[in-house]
Amino acid sequence: MEWFTLTIDGREVSVPKGTTVLEACRMHDISIPTLCHDPELTSAGACRLCIVQIEGMRNLPPSCVTQVAQGMAVQTQNSKVRAARKTILELLVANHPLDCMTCQRMGNCSLAQYAYEYGVTGTLYQGERRNLSVDEGNPFILRDPNKCILCGKCIRACDEIQGRSVLDFSFRGFDTQVGPAFNLPYHESDCVFCGSCVSVCPVGALTEKKMAGKGRPWDVTKVQTTCPFCGTGCNFDLNVKDGKVIGVTSNPNAPVNGKALCVKGRFGMDMIYSQNRLTTPLIRKEGVLVPAEWDEALDLVAKKFREIKDNYGANALAALSSAHCTNEENYLMQKFMRAVIGTNNIDHCARVCHAPTVAGLAVSFGSGASTNSFNEIPDAKVMFVIGANPTEAHPVVGTKMKQALAKGAKLIVADPRKIELAEGSDLWLRLRPGTDVALINGIMNIILANGWEDRSFIEKRTEGFEKFRENLENYPPEIVSQLTGVPVEQLIEAARIYATAERAMIFYTLGITEHTTGTDNVMSLANLAMLTGNVGKTYSGVNPLRGQNNVQGSCDMGALPGDYPGYQKVVNPEVQKKFEEAWGVALSPNVGLMLPDMFPAAINKDLHAMYIMGEDPVVTDADANHVRRGLESLDFLVVQDIFMSETAKMADVVLPGASFAEKTGTFTNAERRIQMVNQAIQPISNAKTDGEILCELANRMGYPFSYNSSAEIMREVARLTPLYGGVTHERLGTQGLQWPVPTLEHPGSKVLHQETFSRGKGIFMAISYQEANELPDEQYPFLLSTGRKLSHYNVFTQNSEALDSYSPEELAEINPLDAERLGVEDGERVKVTSRRGELETKIQITDRVPSGIVFMTFHYMETPTNVLTNGASDKVSKTYEYKTCGVNLTKIG
Amino acid sequence: MAENQKILVCAGTGCASSGALPIIDILKEEIKRQGLEETVTIVGTGCQGFCEKGPTIVIEPQHVLYTRVQGEDIAEIVASDVMKGERVERLLLLDTETQKPVTKMSDIRFFAKQHRIVLKNCGVIDPQRIQDYTARDGYKALEKVLKEMKPNEVIEEVKKSGLRGRGGAGFPTGLKWSFCQQTPSDKKYIICNADEGDPGAFMDRSVLEGDPHSVIEGMLIGAFAMGVDEGYVYCRAEYPLAIKHLSIAIKQAEEAGFLGDNILNSGFNFRLKVFAGAGAFVCGEETALMASIEGKRGMPRVRPPFPAVSGLWGKPTNINNVETWSNIPHIIRHGAEWYAQFGTEKSKGTKIFALTGKVNNTGLVEVPMGTTLREIIFDIGGGIQNGKAFKAVQIGGPSGGCLPENMLDLSVDYETLTNAGAMVGSGGLVIMDETTCMVDIARFFVNFSQKESCGKCTPCREGNKRMYDILDKITKGEGKIEDLDTLENLALTIKETSLCGLGQNAPNPVLATLKYFRHEFEAHILEHKCPAHVCSALLSYAIDADKCKKCGLCAKNCPANCIKGDKNTPYVINQDECIKCGTCLDKCKFGAVTRS
Repeated sequence: MEWFTLTIDGREVSVPKGTTVLEACRMHDISIPTLCHDPELTSAGACRLCIVQIEGMRNLPPSCVTQVAQGMAVQTQNSKVRAARKTILELLVANHPLDCMTCQRMGNCSLAQYAYEYGVTGTLYQGERRNLSVDEGNPFILRDPNKCILCGKCIRACDEIQGRSVLDFSFRGFDTQVGPAFNLPYHESDCVFCGSCVSVCPVGALTEKKMAGKGRPWDVTKVQTTCPFCGTGCNFDLNVKDGKVIGVTSNPNAPVNGKALCVKGRFGMDMIYSQNRLTTPLIRKEGVLVPAEWDEALDLVAKKFREIKDNYGANALAALSSAHCTNEENYLMQKFMRAVIGTNNIDHCARVCHAPTVAGLAVSFGSGASTNSFNEIPDAKVMFVIGANPTEAHPVVGTKMKQALAKGAKLIVADPRKIELAEGSDLWLRLRPGTDVALINGIMNIILANGWEDRSFIEKRTEGFEKFRENLENYPPEIVSQLTGVPVEQLIEAARIYATAERAMIFYTLGITEHTTGTDNVMSLANLAMLTGNVGKTYSGVNPLRGQNNVQGSCDMGALPGDYPGYQKVVNPEVQKKFEEAWGVALSPNVGLMLPDMFPAAINKDLHAMYIMGEDPVVTDADANHVRRGLESLDFLVVQDIFMSETAKMADVVLPGASFAEKTGTFTNAERRIQMVNQAIQPISNAKTDGEILCELANRMGYPFSYNSSAEIMREVARLTPLYGGVTHERLGTQGLQWPVPTLEHPGSKVLHQETFSRGKGIFMAISYQEANELPDEQYPFLLSTGRKLSHYNVFTQNSEALDSYSPEELAEINPLDAERLGVEDGERVKVTSRRGELETKIQITDRVPSGIVFMTFHYMETPTNVLTNGASDKVSKTYEYKTCGVNLTKIG
Repeated sequence: MAENQKILVCAGTGCASSGALPIIDILKEEIKRQGLEETVTIVGTGCQGFCEKGPTIVIEPQHVLYTRVQGEDIAEIVASDVMKGERVERLLLLDTETQKPVTKMSDIRFFAKQHRIVLKNCGVIDPQRIQDYTARDGYKALEKVLKEMKPNEVIEEVKKSGLRGRGGAGFPTGLKWSFCQQTPSDKKYIICNADEGDPGAFMDRSVLEGDPHSVIEGMLIGAFAMGVDEGYVYCRAEYPLAIKHLSIAIKQAEEAGFLGDNILNSGFNFRLKVFAGAGAFVCGEETALMASIEGKRGMPRVRPPFPAVSGLWGKPTNINNVETWSNIPHIIRHGAEWYAQFGTEKSKGTKIFALTGKVNNTGLVEVPMGTTLREIIFDIGGGIQNGKAFKAVQIGGPSGGCLPENMLDLSVDYETLTNAGAMVGSGGLVIMDETTCMVDIARFFVNFSQKESCGKCTPCREGNKRMYDILDKITKGEGKIEDLDTLENLALTIKETSLCGLGQNAPNPVLATLKYFRHEFEAHILEHKCPAHVCSALLSYAIDADKCKKCGLCAKNCPANCIKGDKNTPYVINQDECIKCGTCLDKCKFGAVTRS
């Protein structure tokens, strides 16, 4: 690297070529005021506050956009420079309301800070001031254009971070404003309320509405932690005042997301104080749940668990662990079931989302996790997104994809719905739901026919190719086109773009896994990546976007019926011995019940008690009525949650857990990054952390869990789990570590399978297409597919008043043709029935869905979509087929 | 009667707006009626330059200019001049000194001192006919370049000619081309900047309207030299006629094989598109212009990277203005040495100026660089209207400065004018006389700049507004003497800290007027007087009772209805209600109304 030596204020410094004068100054602790500069954004050189004097240069150049040159002589503080800065500040203050006392940004306002430093009075220039109306029509962001200093950072953040370009300048001269097109208020624009604009605003023009009046910066403690919603693993700062979370602000050092967040992470944390929070244990007495003391509740649970174990054996108990809880708590839960109860009947909601990923990628590659890292995405060259809707379900991943698109990346989207990414894609394959295997086999057939495969990779790194190749002969483009509904030329184009790229990344989520062929679908994608050598290097790989904040971690921690922590197999006697020695008890050698099997087992009286932590299967699991019947058949149901969920309402004992803000531990995101969850507040009211509850129960059942901290639990995890071998809370710090981290010295792993696959050679699987278990018929002529929407997360964001008020109800998407046929209008309520249940919902008429398909979310208690869905499941992983079932729509009245 | 006569009717925007288009129809009718269709050709030309005297027509080969021609004059012109060779004296121009009619156009002082290179065809050919252009050696330079020259030789020739950018900044054109040529890329663009936005400037419009092929040919030569196959002309939408003529010219050039693929069988390809701007002055700044073509808000961005490295859609791009491109074919055809003989040591060739304001001959003039302001204003422009005294000349539009009488002998070239606090700019020359208030003029130009500021950088957006506020205050008599220091400091900060040329030059009119006309500012502030009697807040009107004949004309015409009196009582102005419009002063036939 070439280095330049220059003098700054007479001091000689050396910096790498390409450094700006501003960066050079900041590297050497020379303070330069800036208003429009942000290291995450391109430099605009607009505010002109960072001007310096440079020998031989005309005028006063702005340091943020001036690159250093050898021998440059820079003056940053001479009287001329300071006078010019002062004039600029005077000009800004002359057109800025001086209501600092009531401004939310007071104490955090760059303009105020510099005005103070430069002795600006605000009286030098008298004249017209802006008088524009304040935009307060949404629950999240308060926009006061009168305070705007037009630095343009919000515009660049919206464009460069979020990829939406909702904001721009309008008008000219003194009338210049920033805002959405046509000066619409935010809520009438295309704004998705990610709040990136708020995070970069240097003054009080853009502020968090719910934080108004709640706290001054000097009263607030910021606690960096990990978001409790999706599996992206964004970090942010919880703002705490007087032991209360008053809001969320971006933490620029967040390793995955930087300043970017989505509407839920930034604005949904009022759910911590939801009226619906459980604040004390509840015991069902005479059919009614009544408040109880902790001791009474815990004693009762311990007693009943012991009785049932004594009467029916350990396998009469089962537990659902929680993808919302920390790794440490998941570890305790599986240890509780295995070591204290003595059964492997432990599972969790990964079963109903990414179990096919864990199973499928484990078969193909030997490791069931995402192969690459999120921070590769902005520089990806080709992305193939199938069965995933990142801009809504993993919004920050979606923004990274849009950043890649802005840099010229190619994008192929395969999805029956016209999702946002489909609109910006190079190629959108609108396949029929459930035809993924046929589609991928067809694409691979074309790749081979054109010689686009990576011969050397296949030879050196894989096995099973011949059989696989033979199977592909059954999928010529014409037949695949008929099966999938995708035109032949699009199939060829997809094959060409993906296979001829130097590197290409695959992304998928539940559109791949939530099928009866989920595991087959996953292995098909693994085949595709191996066929083209797109695995084991950066900007490539097979990247499942894990759904929940810690669904990766709860799998990693062994909240699975066949796996100890780190995917060490229950059926392996050596592994059993290892854990028996570590835990000092005899362990069951038998694989436990998977989640979908628990409910029939309960109905059959093989299962007598369940302990459900942080899950709401009555709402989230397919064929919900069947789930309800199963839970009703139990002798004893314990639900531990932070909200009064539908499942909790059925419990015999309800234990109030603590939210992520109230505990310390770790979450593992979808790129295997283990990150700290740091306690910001005490558990509210009489709640306890889930870990503490588990310890209390274990102690009462005669197997003491004596941990002083979650850090201590992680040390035990590390000792027993090679993938986490080098993990300690101290090491995780603010940046986390990506597993495998086998030793304390290991830096973590950004890309998996680089030299060899986890299983040695990758294996090609010959996979045949099978159609979905239930497709529309005469009685149920519509195909129902389910998923998420941006403003909600699974089933608990309704507890955020802000999010709920913004997006209060289900809006089932139906195609205009179908709406016309049914004679229904936008916003009308319709009845939806399936073989398993029925409900009513409002509809939204949109061509996002093709004719014949209805799309619904499962976010709303009032519209429990899963009473409709099909309980049929994947043959390997038992994941429900949420993505297809037959329903009928009828007009009401 | 002379054989094969031509009647050149100016159909440029100036003459068109003073009624030239019906005249062409009437003329055609009349020629037909007289059976002269075989021998007399009527040509609707671009601007002939003498806009003040429009509509103008020229009879060739007699070379007679008739000015302010009306429809009813046509029959006489045809009957006398065309048919009999007898001049229609009343339509001839009077010499400004001798006050005698001038029969030969080249004897008119307005034309005599000009040297027309770029404007050679303007007002002479029909811009809608490519044949007219090719008949006057059009596209010969292109042919020469494609057949005889290598790209580097073309660039060398342009460098040698000394041509500098005519858009205002005066950057050496050949050097600029070499930057773009040397940047390796699979795709490059050239752009013609026809976003001529300075108040009072219309050089580029006239060239596009009157000789569009010269711009196309210049661009073709540049494209060949720089290895470019696509170009844009970014023309402000307020120039519909220019866009029309240019579009016709592009189509004809395509049909003739001068544009498109394999031009003149050379293997060279070039396509040209017209892009209409949306009315923002700042889009004349090259980076804002490119943003506008890309469909973004027209806002300048920081340079570097310069367009030659990363321009339109991130590709190397070269931008020159209309006049610059239009010079190119002449340089190639006649050679760099020929071109370099005109002008001064550092400023070669000619420059077109749009002469406007209180000068007798307003219009378009092309003079060699180095001509003095006095020559332009007094010899070509014919001096000040109505025998008033010259006060100042504003050069370079809102980015330029006002120069006083004692600077009239300055040579018009890039360095001299910049040193004097003005600039060549795009070439607007606004002449002011004793009735112009220089504070008001500074306020006018700052108001223009502050309204046209794109709003991106603080000093330009906020600073120009505050300069305007201060100047406005002074014109209202509310200024304080310390405001002048504030104004000067602010102006210097805006100059030194603004992002683009708009902001960096917007304070020039203020600084120049402060420098040369400070006494006028002081009069406003200290004496509450506007010496030029322009600033209405500082004026008062009164009726001298002794002179008042009690006719009541002033009261009858007073829009504020604030003059009272009757047959027996002299009229009196109610000062509280007077809006200082000056109507009474104009209407009074007895000189009873006074202004102070």
